[in-house]
Amino acid sequence: MTADMYREYILQHYRSPRNYGRLENPDIVHEDDNPLCGDQVHIEVALDDQDRVADIRFQGKGCAISQASTSILTDKVKGKTLEEIKALTKDDVFQWLRIPISPMRVKCAVLGLMVLQAGIHHYEARRGR
Amino acid sequence: MRGMPVDIEAVRRDFPILARQVHGKRLVYLDNAATTQKPAAVIEALDRYYRNYNANVHRSVHKLAEEATLAYESARQEVARFLNAARPEEVVFTSGTTEALNLVAYAWGRANVRAGDAIVYTDIEHHSNLVPWQLLAEAVGAEIRVVEVDPEAGLDLDRLEAVLDERVRLVTLPHISNVLGLELPVAEVARRAHQVGAVVVVDAAQSAPQQPIDVQALGCDFLALSGHKLYGPTGIGVLWGRYELLAAMPPFLGGGEMIRRVGLTRSTFADPPARFEAGTPKIAGAIGLGAAVEYLEGLGMDRVAAHDRALAAQAHEALLEVPGVTVYGPPPDRRAGLVAFSLDDIHAHDLASLVDTEGVAIRAGHHCCMPLHDRLGVPATARASFAVYNGPDDIEALVRAVHAARKVFNR
Repeated sequence: MTADMYREYILQHYRSPRNYGRLENPDIVHEDDNPLCGDQVHIEVALDDQDRVADIRFQGKGCAISQASTSILTDKVKGKTLEEIKALTKDDVFQWLRIPISPMRVKCAVLGLMVLQAGIHHYEARRGR
Repeated sequence: MRGMPVDIEAVRRDFPILARQVHGKRLVYLDNAATTQKPAAVIEALDRYYRNYNANVHRSVHKLAEEATLAYESARQEVARFLNAARPEEVVFTSGTTEALNLVAYAWGRANVRAGDAIVYTDIEHHSNLVPWQLLAEAVGAEIRVVEVDPEAGLDLDRLEAVLDERVRLVTLPHISNVLGLELPVAEVARRAHQVGAVVVVDAAQSAPQQPIDVQALGCDFLALSGHKLYGPTGIGVLWGRYELLAAMPPFLGGGEMIRRVGLTRSTFADPPARFEAGTPKIAGAIGLGAAVEYLEGLGMDRVAAHDRALAAQAHEALLEVPGVTVYGPPPDRRAGLVAFSLDDIHAHDLASLVDTEGVAIRAGHHCCMPLHDRLGVPATARASFAVYNGPDDIEALVRAVHAARKVFNR
């Protein structure tokens, strides 16, 4: 049932997202949108000297699913290495969300992860890896 | 009978899909501007063709081919009558509105629009009536002029006049906006465009299912529509064009069916409509569309128009009663059969997903009108669109579902 997509903790993340805002000196900055829905996500990441996520912030607008899943994502990736984040898949996102994502809404649910992974690729390309 | 309203219960019995349930609830299908459901008459016409006389048309001389050809060409006559075309040869079967518009942009456009010429369209076009002209303008070096349409008041003809001059070769517009439910004054636009010698192309994807279309009264030069939005099958559509224009146009796609004589280095081409129907045509699709048109004529397009508009007006008013709802487009009394709306800052996709749990199918998104949504200042809207089988009970279900969605978001 679709209503299950809108459980209270999802709506909590949507109304009061975690790690919302910008960073002082981010190492990774990336944003993208889902043109089909108009969902937008902007992510900034500060890394420690081991290339682990020291801090992360996001801003965005869009549907509850895209914004809540990005909020949850930012919590989950703190302390993770870039390699670990690059290995994440949409199934990881679905597990964190703990709600049935209807096929038409998958793009909303994984937007945050796509933006973060694209940001990492740009960052690594810049650093010549 | 004219004057009598549509008998909703009888019509519903004609649409087998309405018997099914969605999430355990009665299906309330309000996504008709995307595609309509199909009456049994259409489904049975397809079934009859495939079971009894499936054959390729025009070429073979056997019995099945004769029956298939007759049915295919009868469908063309049905559609010609439906549009009040001067002759059936003005009806070209395409895969849909998109292909019909591209056919004009490629075949007519590349032969008639040159560097320095201008193309005029509105800022409320569906992407299918934007992109083909953008590609044409880029290919030949033509200029694009955009006429702004007020979402509520409609098209101000003075704004159109302001961009019309001798350089304008083509003016195109939607008959009814698929987002705003706004009807544009096609006949007036055509009269003014013709004064500067421009050709007028009408996107009738939304109007053809909703109201009688008379291409001669509209005075346009080309008109495009989709079969699947007109209670017919997917994969079939129509380009209607004035015969002299079609006859003077080079082909679009090359292949079988569209030729007169083929040599190894050059060929001559058939007369319209065959010139524009390369390859084996959409035989079943055309037969299904013919059945759809016949079904609609049985109901009477005047009654269909009155029915769809009454429901849209009622839905508009009922939705405005819900706190936080904004409705886009003209007032109820000037509204065609659809209503786009938003609810507070709740994203349209969230709204559509929640409404779906109540068995109510609506559309959410930019409805292939990104420029218009930029103008409205929202990334997406929800849209309820009406058809002959919808009734006041469907509007009640929609409004109930929107209220329920508000609760989920604590609004």
